[in-house]
Amino acid sequence: MDWLDDLIRTFFDFSAMAEVLPQMLAVGLANTLIISVAATVIGLVLGMLVAVAGISTAPWLRIPARVYTDLFRGMPAILTILLIGQGFARVSQSIFGPSPYPLGIIALSLIAGAYIGEIFRAGIQSVDKGQLEACRALGMTYARAMRLVVVPQGVRRVLPALVNQFIAIVKDSSLVYFLGLLVSERELFRVGQDAAILSGNLSPLLLAGVFYLVITVPLTHLVNYFDQRFRTGRRKAAPVSGLKELDELDSGSPLTTGSKA
Amino acid sequence: MNAQTPIPAFHGSGLELVGLSMAYGSFDVVREVSFEVRPGSTTCVIGPSGSGKSTLLRGINRLHEPKSGEVLLAGEKTSAMVPERLRQRIGLVFQHFNLFPDHTALDNVALALWKVKGMPRAAARERAGRALAEVGLAERADHRPRDLSGGQQQRVAIARALAMEPEVMLFDEATSALDPELVKGVLNLMAGLGRRGMTMVVVTHEMGFARRAADQVVFMDEGEVVERGSPEELFDRPRSPRLQRFLSEVL
Repeated sequence: MDWLDDLIRTFFDFSAMAEVLPQMLAVGLANTLIISVAATVIGLVLGMLVAVAGISTAPWLRIPARVYTDLFRGMPAILTILLIGQGFARVSQSIFGPSPYPLGIIALSLIAGAYIGEIFRAGIQSVDKGQLEACRALGMTYARAMRLVVVPQGVRRVLPALVNQFIAIVKDSSLVYFLGLLVSERELFRVGQDAAILSGNLSPLLLAGVFYLVITVPLTHLVNYFDQRFRTGRRKAAPVSGLKELDELDSGSPLTTGSKA
Repeated sequence: MNAQTPIPAFHGSGLELVGLSMAYGSFDVVREVSFEVRPGSTTCVIGPSGSGKSTLLRGINRLHEPKSGEVLLAGEKTSAMVPERLRQRIGLVFQHFNLFPDHTALDNVALALWKVKGMPRAAARERAGRALAEVGLAERADHRPRDLSGGQQQRVAIARALAMEPEVMLFDEATSALDPELVKGVLNLMAGLGRRGMTMVVVTHEMGFARRAADQVVFMDEGEVVERGSPEELFDRPRSPRLQRFLSEVL
């Protein structure tokens, strides 16, 4: 049973795992979360701008939004990260210093913005046209109607899709290691990989995988829970008779009973 | 009814359509429509589907910009007004209510008072509460639209439009989407508004309502006014073959 021992040593070298655990938590997990959350927040802002520009009737807004989305959604994430991380290294150096970390976040944000923009656009466009019409009929400007009524409804509908996008960003954050991070900037994957070289087996990487799952699996289930709630919604407790409503009209106000005067 | 409650009167403004034409792209939907709506009167617009009735309403408040012609509100050219200001003076009630599903009945009514009219929030909610009471829905102020029946939703929509204190109310097939037993309540409410002096243009398929509540009936077909007059003239003595044919189908 040599091969079984071999497999166990490869994947379940617990002493190697224990050794890397503090770094995994303090450096890897922390950086993965920082990169993912930062990229998501910037991506949400970018995505909203792109979505609103994308449904505009003005071509000078719509066309750039379209081009941006096509570019960053159409290229492999690793390519975008490398192009931005290395291509803008000189510029970044004068602003952020030598670390490629900020550029990694920017690259991930740009990718996230393209996907989130499409999610927002789909959500906003799924809102019934009558909502905008009702706002306009009440004297709201287009911008105010979108901000107060249409966009909030659209965003609420796509919350599950946004959580999915966050999961994708968490996983893509591992690609930032390509830019060559400082020791203190390493995220989960890189911490695991470095430790794997030292231990000579894959156990530290397996541990990194466990950490990714600890972040993503609960979120996946949260999405399903949300999705369920959004689909079923809160229903009224019991059907109400239309005749009851007639009583309400009869008992009521000067206006509703007007015809009987 | 409680006779001691004084019924506040509305001060509706007059409306005049002069050669109003509207189009979707190159497709003419409304052609050279002219008629006058006296202050405080009710005009019912009837006609087969696709005759341009709903589009006509949207031309009056410029929700859809007219191609040519003019609408005068209290003698002023609406084409020269800022559309948002114009629409605050003209209320519109939709076939499918178009309430905001994530707002309570009260907030549906209060939102535009607060955000468009610029009333303080508390005052907006207070006026919204009164508007809901006027349409018999004081008890339902905290309900969301999906917890209300179609009739209740439409009454919230009417309260929402009324709370803006419009000079003219437009109704776009306001009862077409309602269950049959709920139609009468909404129509009575509309008739009550008319009696209190609101100027109304009502696109409707309810011929009974048109006969009972209208001061003027306009029959449209293929984007044109085919016949226009008092309810008696149109319903009892229709002159054009098209109106005769239409009435024979709907009455």
